Amino acid sequence: MPHLLEVQDLTTVFAGDYGRNISVDHVSFHVDQGEVVCLVGESGCGKSVTSLSIMGLLGKGGAVIDGSVLFDSKELLNMPEKELDLIRGNELTMIFQDPLTSLNPVFTIGSQITESIRTHMPLSKEQAKKRAVELLTKVGMPDAENVFKKYPHTLSGGMRQRVMIAMALSCRPKLLIADEPTTALDVTIQAQIMKLLRELQQENDMSMILITHDIGLVANTADRVIVMYAGQIIEEASAEEIFAHPKHPYTQALLDTVPTIRDDADRKLRAIPGMVPENYDDITGCRFAERCPYRCDACSKPQADYDFGCGHRAKCVVAYERGMAGC
Amino acid sequence: MILKKIDEKYSKEPSGAAVSSSRKDIHSESYLQTVWRRFKRHHLASVSLAVLVVVVGAALLAPVIAPYDPTEIAGPFAEPPSKKFWLGTDLIGRDVLSRLLYATRISLLVGVMATLISTVIGVILGLSAGYFGGAADMIIMRFTDMVMSFPYILLVLVAAAIFKPGLWNIILILGFVDWPGIARLVRGNVLNLRETNFVKSSIVAGMPLRHILFSEILPNTVAPILVYSTSVLALSILDEAALSFLGQGIQPPDASLGNMLNGAQSLTVLTSQPWLWIPPGVMIVVIVMAINFIGDALRDALDPNGGR
Repeated sequence: MPHLLEVQDLTTVFAGDYGRNISVDHVSFHVDQGEVVCLVGESGCGKSVTSLSIMGLLGKGGAVIDGSVLFDSKELLNMPEKELDLIRGNELTMIFQDPLTSLNPVFTIGSQITESIRTHMPLSKEQAKKRAVELLTKVGMPDAENVFKKYPHTLSGGMRQRVMIAMALSCRPKLLIADEPTTALDVTIQAQIMKLLRELQQENDMSMILITHDIGLVANTADRVIVMYAGQIIEEASAEEIFAHPKHPYTQALLDTVPTIRDDADRKLRAIPGMVPENYDDITGCRFAERCPYRCDACSKPQADYDFGCGHRAKCVVAYERGMAGC
Repeated sequence: MILKKIDEKYSKEPSGAAVSSSRKDIHSESYLQTVWRRFKRHHLASVSLAVLVVVVGAALLAPVIAPYDPTEIAGPFAEPPSKKFWLGTDLIGRDVLSRLLYATRISLLVGVMATLISTVIGVILGLSAGYFGGAADMIIMRFTDMVMSFPYILLVLVAAAIFKPGLWNIILILGFVDWPGIARLVRGNVLNLRETNFVKSSIVAGMPLRHILFSEILPNTVAPILVYSTSVLALSILDEAALSFLGQGIQPPDASLGNMLNGAQSLTVLTSQPWLWIPPGVMIVVIVMAINFIGDALRDALDPNGGR
């Protein structure tokens, strides 16, 4: 069976002051039916740009110059806007980082949900309203009938994100891209929203791309994890694999930054020294080399995707040569 | 200190049951109710609104309440105000009060229609420039700058000279001259709104362009447009007056506030027959001021961040 989403060599550039900056560099991955794939990495490493490229939402100055995005065996890049509109919202949809600005402030919750339902389904106003209330109840909104009549500013962030999820699910999409759906929320609400997303995903056998910089969030949710750094995928493996045997020094460092409940009281959290290099498209070798404790001469050459077996790949020659292959 | 002030402010409000019931209302009231409640707090604007309602009512009812036909010679020339002619008669013996009522009618009509036309043009151009950006933005905004930088009164005069002065020509001329401000305002707002998540969400939800432009972006910029168009309304009434004063506007025997003032160009009228120019002059000031006060209050009342 072909993959639901297949991204091949996706390369996205933005026009900068001095020529163009490559912000996503030959990224390839796939998502299967019913699978949750997490894109992890620190800010500015191209996670969001990858998702925006897939959705065709790059906006001014951004352009995809290479690669292909096959969704359900249809090429999304270069697809005319009209055809794209039939897929977006129906089969492929997205929720954004900041729920506070994701709803139109001048309309009630109800009118916004029914609007998005009726764009895609031939329902009457009454039926659409019924479905909207149903959806709101499903995303755990207490008193959905009442919320239906409210304006966005009267709801809390968590509530608004629930409304966004309800809207995204209104047409039973095959793939949901969630771009840091919980960053703007506090921790307890975060947990609730993640649980909700996971439940809805399993219930509808939907696929999901979850973008986050919080590697702790990934552990309970993801089937497969993709680690991005400086515009490249540097490691990809199943969730258990990546937590048990991280290969790339960057992934190891990322995991080291997370406090766990088994930590000693005096354990200091380790930070990764340095910053994501600017203009990282000029670096020919490993892009993490400058911050890497295992740096050696081989690191200055372009890195290939080394296969470690069991679907585990990483862009690190050092790890590969040290015989860390096998799972 | 500040807290104390706030306390005082709230203690002035009716206490007990009245407070709790009014609080309850705040949660259940619609947007328009909120706006109306906030608007009422501006006393000057409330008075202005009442005045404007009276003026508009009088203008609309002119055929019923005017004592004489505004274009007919009803009495002796240039008679001062009397019981028979409340505001006197003009230089050829027409009743000034009747003319004033009809003049207000025409001036308001010109103002409202010109504002409507310029708002529609401004909104459409501003929306397209802001949303599509690139070449469309470039062309539309440069054209806007051009219209804006052209000596305004000269343009109107030339246009009035080419297309014979008359009611509808004045409306069209003013309408096609007053839009650049609105276009700029709308464009600026659209540039902001285009980047918001709810617009992106609608794109992601596969909403058609028409929906995004007119049902997502436009409603969010209605408040500033409304506020701005009140000042356009005041301006076009003034412009009509200026144009008619210069003899290029509404042509006699039809009355407009501007061409009633026309008589004041003569020194005798200005010094010894004040009933000919004070009523239309005061009427213009009252209308324009009332509209401006209302616009001011609307700005506060429509502001979504304005609190209670």
